[in-house]
Amino acid sequence: MSITLPKVRVPYLLLFPGFAFLFTFFILPIINLAQTSTQTPISGGDTGQYEQTLAFSNYVNAFIDNREQFARSFVYATLATIFALAIAYPLAYAIAFKSGKFKNILLVLVVAPFFTSFLLRTIAWKQILGEEGFLVPTLRNLHILGQQTTITSTAVAVVAGMTYNFLPFMTLPLYASLERIDPRTIEASGDLYANGITTFRRVTMPLSLPGVVAGTLLTFIPAAGDYVNASILGSPNTKMIGNVIESRYFKIVDYPTAAALSFTLMAAILILVTLYIRKAGTEELV
Amino acid sequence: MATERSLSPEARSILGAGISRRSVLAGAGGLGAASLLAACGGSGGDAASSENTVRWGNWPLYLDFDADTKKYPTLDKFTTQTGIDAAYFEDYNDNDEFFGKVQAQLKLGEDIGYDVVTPTDWMAARWIRLGYSQKFDLANIPNAGNILDSLASPSYDPNRESTLTWQGIMSGFGWNTEKNPKGIHTLDELFAPQNKGKIVVLTEMRDTIGVILLAQGVDITKVTEDQFMNAVDFMAAKISDGWIRGVKGNEYAEDLTSGDATAVIGWSGDMFILSSENEGKFDFAIPDSGGTISGDNLMIPSTASASGKANGEKLINYYYDPAVAAEVAAYVNYVCPVKGAQAEMEKIAPELATSEYIFPSDKTASRLHVFRSLTPDEETKWAEAFQKAQGN
Repeated sequence: MSITLPKVRVPYLLLFPGFAFLFTFFILPIINLAQTSTQTPISGGDTGQYEQTLAFSNYVNAFIDNREQFARSFVYATLATIFALAIAYPLAYAIAFKSGKFKNILLVLVVAPFFTSFLLRTIAWKQILGEEGFLVPTLRNLHILGQQTTITSTAVAVVAGMTYNFLPFMTLPLYASLERIDPRTIEASGDLYANGITTFRRVTMPLSLPGVVAGTLLTFIPAAGDYVNASILGSPNTKMIGNVIESRYFKIVDYPTAAALSFTLMAAILILVTLYIRKAGTEELV
Repeated sequence: MATERSLSPEARSILGAGISRRSVLAGAGGLGAASLLAACGGSGGDAASSENTVRWGNWPLYLDFDADTKKYPTLDKFTTQTGIDAAYFEDYNDNDEFFGKVQAQLKLGEDIGYDVVTPTDWMAARWIRLGYSQKFDLANIPNAGNILDSLASPSYDPNRESTLTWQGIMSGFGWNTEKNPKGIHTLDELFAPQNKGKIVVLTEMRDTIGVILLAQGVDITKVTEDQFMNAVDFMAAKISDGWIRGVKGNEYAEDLTSGDATAVIGWSGDMFILSSENEGKFDFAIPDSGGTISGDNLMIPSTASASGKANGEKLINYYYDPAVAAEVAAYVNYVCPVKGAQAEMEKIAPELATSEYIFPSDKTASRLHVFRSLTPDEETKWAEAFQKAQGN
């Protein structure tokens, strides 16, 4: 008795801090958010005063009013994910198979952007893509860009910023799954007279799929909710749903709509991700 | 003492150097970014309240600052004179955002981390309405009587019992003088071909829409909802047609210096600082049809402790000393609300004592208009329309 009881308790005791943390900082705020999302203004009340009326119509109105920004968020997030994958796959492949003694240095370089703040990096992109950076004048001289055309404040800048900012999240899981591939499977493929392309298509690529799934999720989910890139690099015509939530909350002081939009965004991401994982298969997610 | 009356050596060195705060302004883009970060939850006033401190939340670039020593000369003098430590936070970036950040604590009566805050008129009105401010003990602020007559009785605080103006802000047109050699004095000149896609307007609804309304011949002290929505539609059309590239707070200054913007609806003080830092590459004017004027107000939140309040009052009193006010105005270049500061300015920076933008004459003042106060319903509805026009 005196020996078995602690054994039962220990796992729970160890889990307690985690549960307590999540309860306080995740479950409670979510409940609060859910309550807020169905409130309506108190008639004759002041700015920011709301009462509970179970107005589920908030969700419908919030979605209809902002479907354009919802659509834009998912389009931008999808594009950023595809570009990040296109850049990260060869990068991770090279680090995993071709880097030799430079492997660790290259890995550090992939993570290095995290040493500076996300915001600073985004602001740096504003400088790079801005009028006084080297890029715009160069492209203008090459007549690729018109004299009046700018890159900042366009969708191109927003997607480029997102691609860059989320690139490490794509690269690391890809690297992890590529690095785990047993080289003997690739040798075996060669022994069976497969050329490089076939080996990649039939052996390397399928074995790295868990990394692709993990990387795309880690990129797509935060990208869909991101509003920093659109704020700093975009224009009023490139606002994403995160910007709308921010403006509803802080500028208009319309907490219910902000809450309803947040829930709708969570639900949309959850549905998309579930469909994606179903399709891609979950076994061996990194 | 004569030496005490004149500009502190630190402030003098700043002025002498032609206000070299490039490093500060270069980071102006970071202000918006910092506000984003703040929006994610971090609150600025971290210092704990104690008997001998005062915690002041103010807008960025809004107090004399010495880039070399990284100090605020007038604030240091305040500490020397009174023995009160002043914790200064430049994290009041946006009225709505700041309100959003502290409102829950104000409601619960929990310390918000500031003993003095600096909301703009309409936001100060909201704080007073909601009971989030404390009335001054005017015995602690003998200098309160120095406020300009024109500012002495705003509708939201007719006897100035809870607020005193920090600085007055003019909004009008700012421009890059190379791209707009003739300057910008009308809305048509703002929307001239050379500025297409390079115009930035302010996130402050009353300033941007106010300037547009005035150009449309509307009296903004009596603006109706139809007139307002009409002006918002005008802005929305200019955004979707690609004329206006952004609606921003202080960050517009950075867009001007980087060349991403060539013309703005902006604030007078910012433009003068930009101009002095860039050899006259920028200029500002009150539109021919009139500009807006508003004030940022020193105010003590309901959550400040008794000692915080008393120290805050001493701080406010200190900044209403004409000599101190002149020193601040010489740096920030906004409209100085303190009587007698003009005479003090003669002593420290005579060329600024005649500036219409710091000490506007009656003639200039008559071209500046105050946006009428809105009801809570209007506040929400109009803000929503203004946000929607920005793509939010």
